Amino acid sequence: MANRPKKSAFFRRLLALCRKESVQIIRDPTSILIAVVLPLLLMLIFAFGINLDSSLIKVGLVAEDSGVEVQRLAASFVGSPYLQVITGARPEMELALRNGRIRGIIVIGNDFTDKLERFGDSASVQVITDGAEPNTANFVEAYARGAWQVWQKERAAARGLPERPEIGLESRFWYNPSALSRNYIIPGSITLIMTVIGALLTSLVIAREWERGTMEALLSTAMTRSELLLSKLIPYYFLGIISESICIAFATFVLHVPFRGPLLATWLVSSFFLFSALGLGLLLSTATRNQFNAAQGALNAAFLPSMMLSGLLYAINSMPVAIRVATYLIPARYFVDSILTLFQAGYVPKLFWLDVAFLAGSSVFFLGLTAVQTRRRLD
Amino acid sequence: MLIMPVVLQLLLFPTAATLEVKNEVLAVYNEDAGAASVELTERFSKAQAFPAMLIVYSEQEMRRIIDLQQALIVLRFPQDFSRHIEARQSAMMQAILDGRRSNSAQVALSYLQQIVQQYQKEKMTPGIAVTGSSELVVRHWFNPNLDSVWSVMPSLVAIITTVSALVVTALSVAREREQGTFEQLLVSPLTPGMIMIGKAVPAVLIASVQATIILLAGVFLYRVPFQGSLFLLYGSMVCYVTALIGFGLFISSICSTQQQAFLGVFSFMMPAVLLSGFAAPIENMPMWLQRLTWFNPLRHFIIIVKGVFLKNIDFAEVAANAWPLLVIGVVTLTAADIAFRRKIG
Repeated sequence: MANRPKKSAFFRRLLALCRKESVQIIRDPTSILIAVVLPLLLMLIFAFGINLDSSLIKVGLVAEDSGVEVQRLAASFVGSPYLQVITGARPEMELALRNGRIRGIIVIGNDFTDKLERFGDSASVQVITDGAEPNTANFVEAYARGAWQVWQKERAAARGLPERPEIGLESRFWYNPSALSRNYIIPGSITLIMTVIGALLTSLVIAREWERGTMEALLSTAMTRSELLLSKLIPYYFLGIISESICIAFATFVLHVPFRGPLLATWLVSSFFLFSALGLGLLLSTATRNQFNAAQGALNAAFLPSMMLSGLLYAINSMPVAIRVATYLIPARYFVDSILTLFQAGYVPKLFWLDVAFLAGSSVFFLGLTAVQTRRRLD
Repeated sequence: MLIMPVVLQLLLFPTAATLEVKNEVLAVYNEDAGAASVELTERFSKAQAFPAMLIVYSEQEMRRIIDLQQALIVLRFPQDFSRHIEARQSAMMQAILDGRRSNSAQVALSYLQQIVQQYQKEKMTPGIAVTGSSELVVRHWFNPNLDSVWSVMPSLVAIITTVSALVVTALSVAREREQGTFEQLLVSPLTPGMIMIGKAVPAVLIASVQATIILLAGVFLYRVPFQGSLFLLYGSMVCYVTALIGFGLFISSICSTQQQAFLGVFSFMMPAVLLSGFAAPIENMPMWLQRLTWFNPLRHFIIIVKGVFLKNIDFAEVAANAWPLLVIGVVTLTAADIAFRRKIG
């Protein structure tokens, strides 16, 4: 019986503190901006701005020869659905390439027809790409090669040559049949949104309490350490989950990204990710007690790694060994992995529980460290 | 606090931000076991992108391997593959790719296609000389080996400079506001213009120091050759930082606390970085969005830095991308000035 009043006091105080935090969130227009407006803005940016599937690339065509075959070859480049061809003289095209107005130049030299007709000689087509954009340069090469092959085939057929046997490589993308980058970029961007709410917003809010001295006021009351931590965790946890729900609804209903995973699994893995982000945010603000430093810390320790090293934009396997090892320490890596699988493939138990285990581990680590840090700060 | 993150970012990001495909696992399901499929498998195993290869023996296993992300691609040779090749007939093989990582899978697929084409050229074309042969010669200018570090380093000069210049301007004003020292500044004989210049100079200095560090690291640590003129680079940087300071001061003029200012900076910076051409090409965006990016100073500055760094562009080309920065700077600074005056009045 002795425990009961103590327990109810615990919940009463916790409830009061949670209410205080919630009122603070609702009254500050910036938290609504961060929780609702920014996520939607980010989703739109990722949906329309981050498109890795090159659609139509501008290239220049320099035809210094005017033979019949040159015209046919040029027509094949112009006819490519992936290339937007402008023609001109070489110096003009080189300037355009330097300025980035075009991403490649196709040069058909003035001896093309001669070489094509001479026995044993080979007529070359030169493709110059803008190496400053390596990914686009690869596309330019592939599309130019495709158009050039079309011309060769048509020519062989016109000359009545027997068709050459070929090895075909038929490709099939599982989970994402049309291989659209937006189908993984949009779900992946949820990671960034949760990081912003979990780590950045929280670290600022709590550092402000330390900076203004209201934290000391709170600590001088009868509340315990766990009450304090929980009262900071719970409201922001709900803010994060609400914001994630808005994002998932927006992604599936407005942007039409397929979502296969069960909601329950999504909620579970998101909760753990949010806990670890909140834990990091709390830790940074408790350790620095200064808004500027806490925000800088959150930006560098949580946001930038979530963007650059989580596998969202850049494949982890392609990174150097040292960095690949470091990514195992980044919670966002596990969340990106599971949210992509949940959206596109659904519930894959073996992957899912591994990710959840890592995220749970990092939540415990950051929250535990914060608890220790808070006590030390009081002494 | 301003140098440490830069060093960390310099060590982590240049080599991480690559769209190349490396260290992936390729799985092969060979139902054929004829000479051609064995030889092709041998060639795939030597591909740099795939240091490891898995052999699968059933369709269920194939499915499981992709599900659990144990391989990026499974190649399947059908039973009659080698027979067709020996008979000089067209043959078909199948690639199953993990669509969860469709970009990597597509890049890796193009590597495999090159290997198949090379094989086809060697084995299946008659070796007699004919007239009318043609070849395609590809040259990558400005970055002959398409090294992604070469394209990332110049962008990093621009991006890291952005973060610090914005944060320093916006937060220093907001902090003075929050602590009440800004009012003291205002009652002093200083004009608002002078106060703004005072806030701008540290930002310019910090941005130049950070940019210099990254530039040095790019040239000496990552061995990216610097082709252009330092004078043009630093000259355009002044234009760029002016535009940034305009945004920073404008944000701080409409915010009343540090927290709001920081979140304001963040809300500006994230779209600016994502829509700068760094993460994905501008030309892939829909037209309305491409037009909107004109107002993004980072977009213009990345073109300048990349151009000066890798392409040695001249004054006229730099100026063509620098004047929007000055326009943006004038507009934002004026807006900040008006907003400040309103608060004072």
